[in-house]
Amino acid sequence: MENVEKNYPSGISIERPAPGFRDSHDPDDLWDDSRVYINIGPTHPAMHGALRMAAKLNGETIEGSYCEFGYTHRAKEKLGENRTYHNFIVYTDRLNYCSALMNNVGYALAVEKLMGIDVPERCVWLRMICCELARVTDHLICVGINAVDLGAFSFFLYGFHQREEAYTLIEKLCGARLTTSYSRIGGMMQDAPDGFEKELKAWVNRTRKVIDEMDELLTTNKIWRNRTVGVSTFDKNMCLQYSFTGPNARAAGLDIDLRRDQPYLFYKNVEFDVPVARNGDVYDRYLVRIAEIRQSLNILAQCADKMKKGPIWSEDKRVRIPDKDVVYNTMEGMIYHFKFFMEGFAVPAGEAYTAIEATNGEMGFYIVSKGTPNSHRMRIRGPSVWHYQGLTPMVKGEKIADLVAALGSINIIAGELDR
Amino acid sequence: MTFTLRAPADIRTQISTHGADWLTKYGDLWKTQAARLKERFGEKIEEVRFPVDYPTDVPVVYVQKDAIVEVLRFARSESGFEYGFLADITATDELNEQSDWRFEVVYNLLSPTSFARIRFKVRVPENVEVPTAIDVWPGANWAEREVWDMFGVRFAGHPNLRRILMDERWEGHPLRKDYPLRGYQVFTEPTEIHPEAME
Repeated sequence: MENVEKNYPSGISIERPAPGFRDSHDPDDLWDDSRVYINIGPTHPAMHGALRMAAKLNGETIEGSYCEFGYTHRAKEKLGENRTYHNFIVYTDRLNYCSALMNNVGYALAVEKLMGIDVPERCVWLRMICCELARVTDHLICVGINAVDLGAFSFFLYGFHQREEAYTLIEKLCGARLTTSYSRIGGMMQDAPDGFEKELKAWVNRTRKVIDEMDELLTTNKIWRNRTVGVSTFDKNMCLQYSFTGPNARAAGLDIDLRRDQPYLFYKNVEFDVPVARNGDVYDRYLVRIAEIRQSLNILAQCADKMKKGPIWSEDKRVRIPDKDVVYNTMEGMIYHFKFFMEGFAVPAGEAYTAIEATNGEMGFYIVSKGTPNSHRMRIRGPSVWHYQGLTPMVKGEKIADLVAALGSINIIAGELDR
Repeated sequence: MTFTLRAPADIRTQISTHGADWLTKYGDLWKTQAARLKERFGEKIEEVRFPVDYPTDVPVVYVQKDAIVEVLRFARSESGFEYGFLADITATDELNEQSDWRFEVVYNLLSPTSFARIRFKVRVPENVEVPTAIDVWPGANWAEREVWDMFGVRFAGHPNLRRILMDERWEGHPLRKDYPLRGYQVFTEPTEIHPEAME
C-alpha cells in the first residue's frame, strides 16, 4: 500500500477562527451580529453543473448552508422501468458523463449478474481498459478543474491535452467521444481495432511523463498548498457516517477499494496499489487522485499486455445481438433481430445490487426484475449524491472562498447527482 | 410473493457474482448472522431469504417496521456483523401484489471489515411512517428524503423531510407504479430560501 503523505510531508497549518467571531456585542458596532444569506448557483461559474447552495455568512465565514439539486433531473430510474434492458444502456452514459465508459460497464455487469452470464476473456480485458481509461480522464478533469477554480490555469491544460488524446482512443474503440454506449449486455459493441494495444501503451507512456510534469508543477507549489492544506477537512469517522467512498474516503484514511476488496472483472490478475492519505483535506484528495492516475496507467499497461485475441460476445442466446450479415442474409436472423430490439429479452425474476469502484466511489445498480423485459426497479446509487450531502458539514466554519476548493475536490458530477 | 417467469425456471437461481463468488466466501458468515439476528430479535425478524433458495445475491432480512432502527444499529456496531457502511436506502413499489402492504424500504449495507453485503427490508402500507435511520447514519438524511420524494413514504423523526429532486410544490410521487409517464406541472414563482435548514 502506498502512503502518498510520505512523499510530500506537509508542514503547513492554518488557523481558522471559530464561527461567530464577529459577534463583538458592542452596541456601537454596526456589524455586530450581522448575517448575510447568499445564494450560489444554480448557474454559477464556480459550481460544477447546475447545483445550488444557500449559505449563511458571518463576514466571510460560512455558518450554515444547505444544498439543492435536481435541476437536471431526467427521471432515469423511471425510464429504467419503462425501457428494455438493452435500451437503458444509452441512459447510463449520461450519469457520470466524465467517465461514461465505466457506467456502461457497471450497468452491463449488473444485468449479467441477474442473468448469470459470463463473458469471454477478451471482453473482460476490454472492459477493464474502459474502466481505467475512464478513471484517468475523470481524475484529470477533476484535478484540473479544481486547480482552475483556485487560479492555476496552465496545470489544467496539461491534463486536458492528455484527456483529448484519451478521447481519440475512445473514439477508435466505439466511434463516440463522450456518450460512448460501448458495453452491451453479454459483450461489447465491437472489438477494439487492430493495433489498439500498441497505441494504448504509447499513450500510457506519454501520460506518465505528463503526470510527472503536473506533479512537479503543482504538488509543492506554495500557493496551491496554502489554499488546500488543512482546508475542508473530512475525517475518517465522518466519511463512514456520510457514506463517502472512492478517492474522497481514501484521502481521509478510509481504506476501501472495491477493485481490491470485492474483486470484479480481472482486477485480481493485475497488480496495483491503493493510495491512501490521512488528513482528508483538499490537498490530500488531490494527492490521492494523482496517485490513482498513476496506478490506473499501470493497470492499463498490464491490460494491454495480457489481452489476447478472441471472441468478445457471450454465446448466451438470450442476449447475443445477431451479426449484421446474418440479419441481412437469413430469414431467422432478421426475425431474431427485430424481436431483440423491439421486444427485448426477459431477465429472470430476482434482485441484485451490483457495485463497481467508479471514479468517485461506489457506483451501484440495484435492479429488481419480475421476469419481464423491463425492470421492476432500477435504482442507481451515484457516489456524488452522498458526497454532495457531506459538503454542508465539510464547509461549516470555512471561508466562502474555500467552498469552491471543497466543491471541486469532491468532484460532484451533476448528471450522476440528479439522475 | 409469486413471480411470473418468462425465462426458463432452471436459470432462475443462477445469480453469478462475476469473479468473486460471494456465496462460498460469505455463506457461513451469513448463516450465523441470520441465526444471531433471529435469536436476538425473535419475532421482529419476519423472514430471512437466502441466495439460491430465493433469487437474490445477498441475504434479504425482512424486519418489522418499528424495530428497523434497532436492528440497523445492531448490524452496524455488533461484533461479527460490523455493517458499518450504509451503501444505499431506496424503496420499491409493489402495487400489484395481493398483500396488505405496498412499499418495501430497502437498506443495502456493506461491511468495511469483511466486505460482505446484506440487505434489510421493511414492508409498509401506504401512509404509514417508517422510523428514520439518521440516528444510526447521519448520511441517511438525503436518501430518506429521496424515498419520500419518489415514493411518498414518510420517515418519522426526520428533521427536514422536504422534496429533494422534484420541486417543493410538486404533486404526486413519480416512482409510484400508478404515476403517469407524461404530464406537466408548471411553476412560475421562485422558491423561498429556507433559513431553518441551515442550522
